[in-house]
Amino acid sequence: MIDFLQRFGRTWIDMVGRLGRATLFLLHMLGALGSLFARPSLLVKQLYASGVMTLSIVLVSGLFVGMVLALQAYNTLIDFGQENRVGTLVALTLVRELGPVVTGLLFAGRAGSAMTAEIGLMKATEQLSGLEMMAVDPYKRVFAPRFLAGFLALPMLAAMFSAIGVIGGHLIGVDVLGVDASAYWSQMQNATSFYSDVGNGLIKGLVFGFVVSWIAIFEGADCIPTSEGVSSATTRTVVYSSLAILGLDFLLTAVMF
Amino acid sequence: MNSRAIDVLVGVFMLLFFGAMFILAMKVSNLTSLTSSAGYTLVAKFENVGGLKARASVAASGVKVGEVSAISYDPETFEASVTLTIDETFSDTFPTDTTASIYTAGLLGEQYIGLDPGAEIDMLQDSDEITLTQSAIVLERLIGQVLFSRSGGS
Amino acid sequence: MSSPDKMSDDGTTLVQIRDLHFSRGSKPIFSGLNIDIPRGKVTTIIGPSGTGKTTLLKMIGGQLKASQGSIHVDGLQVGKLRRAELYELRKRMGMLFQSGALLTDLSVFENVAYPLREHTDLPESLISHLVLMRLHAVGLRGARNLSPSELSGGMARRAALARALVFDPMMIMYDEPFTGQDPISMGVLLELIKTVNEALGLTSLMVSHDLKEALSISDYAVIISEGVVVEAGSPEQLESSESAWVQQFLHGQPDGPVPFQVSAPDYEEDLMGTENGNSRVGVSR
Ligand SMILES: Nc1ncnc2c1ncn2[C@@H]1O[C@H](COP(=O)(O)OP(=O)(O)OP(=O)(O)O)[C@@H](O)[C@H]1O
Ligand SMILES: [Mg+2]
Repeated sequence: MIDFLQRFGRTWIDMVGRLGRATLFLLHMLGALGSLFARPSLLVKQLYASGVMTLSIVLVSGLFVGMVLALQAYNTLIDFGQENRVGTLVALTLVRELGPVVTGLLFAGRAGSAMTAEIGLMKATEQLSGLEMMAVDPYKRVFAPRFLAGFLALPMLAAMFSAIGVIGGHLIGVDVLGVDASAYWSQMQNATSFYSDVGNGLIKGLVFGFVVSWIAIFEGADCIPTSEGVSSATTRTVVYSSLAILGLDFLLTAVMF
Repeated sequence: MNSRAIDVLVGVFMLLFFGAMFILAMKVSNLTSLTSSAGYTLVAKFENVGGLKARASVAASGVKVGEVSAISYDPETFEASVTLTIDETFSDTFPTDTTASIYTAGLLGEQYIGLDPGAEIDMLQDSDEITLTQSAIVLERLIGQVLFSRSGGS
Repeated sequence: MSSPDKMSDDGTTLVQIRDLHFSRGSKPIFSGLNIDIPRGKVTTIIGPSGTGKTTLLKMIGGQLKASQGSIHVDGLQVGKLRRAELYELRKRMGMLFQSGALLTDLSVFENVAYPLREHTDLPESLISHLVLMRLHAVGLRGARNLSPSELSGGMARRAALARALVFDPMMIMYDEPFTGQDPISMGVLLELIKTVNEALGLTSLMVSHDLKEALSISDYAVIISEGVVVEAGSPEQLESSESAWVQQFLHGQPDGPVPFQVSAPDYEEDLMGTENGNSRVGVSR
């Protein structure tokens, strides 16, 4: 029993310690962001790695999610004779919730895990130490570009997800189910506000991008430098990021809408 | 993957993002109507606005001519004061005896303001007030009235 | 024990380690280490696997901080430097990691060019010139466009050596440069380390388990074990040392007088990566 309590307490202390380390790490990384002005090419490269590489999965998922939303909305709304509002439902659901959240989850699985694995392997193969010994600061050259790229890429991907989702909704709602096209768009426009809906969706994306990149890079840099260490850090990235996204989404929604 | 190809792909990525933002701004949300609302404002006082919301459309003969930009309560007249923003292309269009009514699009639809032009020669100008208004039909009141008149009539 | 204790301010000592203490968790790695590494010479550090040779190099490079004691490099106390000063000092140190530590997302050429691109504004033609010179020296000029994943372990080590040399450091640390080299490239590397040391006048600090080869080019050697210096001196002095421990270690005898290790520390076994077993025996009091 005492043993159990001890172990329980130790786990807690370990967790709090990790949180503290992660926070210091974040501050250090934020402090290094300024150096990117001198090296925009590093950012471009990471935008490629996290943005472009995640693009296809985001676009395909967005299209299908939009199509499913239109189908479900149509089936429900037709009972009230309100099928003209399919567009509203599709757009609001995507822009406010599913766009940022699903993109965030996909991003954590695709780009976040890749970031952790890459940095973890760099640590395991002494590349990070090697950089330090070459008098190159890994915070400036490795962590900061990845962080900023993730922070920016996620909201951008979320916007693309929503946009293609709306097109997918049009495909099903208008082209297949026969909702009037102008009603689809005008109802949508009347209900969706650029600042409070699209804008807040973008803010959600930025928050998720911040958190996912932070978790991913920290897990990579903090991992045990062995193959098992890297693989469990990668798993942790996906799990923690997903939980953080869902939890934060609830908080943000409660505050915003 | 050479760095030139990466540059190009990231460029394409940015273009896609701008395209997405364009769709979200112009097609999905009402940024268009907001930005083009460089128009003039009119004020109308209603006894009851029902479920009217800001950004509801303002229509004349079913054609959208502007939108509701603000709704507030006027403590002096005990009425709802609704500010309408009418599109610039419709300046000098509505006579001073125009009636503003709150209608509902369909049984469950959104509420909007309909303008019915009168016959005066003078036209409404910026920040004029529409004096002739007709409040929203509130379903509960309507039912209450019917029940009341029934019981009163019998 | 013949570890030199006198403070040498006459400039012949580049790295001066005094009373160094360090531990990993509860496990002590160094307990009072004293080493003087002479300027402009080749020094080899020898010791059983897991004694902390790599750790020592990292401490000299300022990546790990001592819990007690000091390390001076060229008059600067490494643990006390501010970040910017430490980075300035590191520009004058090259380090060759055990695994090579090449950046896997860059080609061999770009890896070698990396320190130049990071720290200088040299024109592309000059960078290319310098890089090719170094690559030629390690025999990898033809592999310049390969990516590190396409290199063998030994080639990666040589590419890393080219990178460590490209910035003309005042001192270079080699962590087991010979593992994974065939006899020819081992000979080339030995030759290279020797000539580089003489031609560029730099100080070489080497960790190696290939005692015969390493000692053949060394001017000075230090044997460490259990956190302290066991023996230090020129290769000849070590060879004629009376310490049974030193004799056992130098000649890799499977069994000997060394009391603290149950299984004999055959150094070939060390190379095979049995450090866990050995070190665990080493700590158990
Ligand atoms: N990151 C670490 N965390 C905890 N302990 C470590 C870490 N790195 C090394 N150690 C421990 O420190 C000791 C010294 O390690 P080091 O790598 O310096 O040994 P070494 O002398 O270089 O061995 P080898 O000849 O095998 O390279 C080892 O016993 C190892 O278990
Ligand atoms: Mg080592």
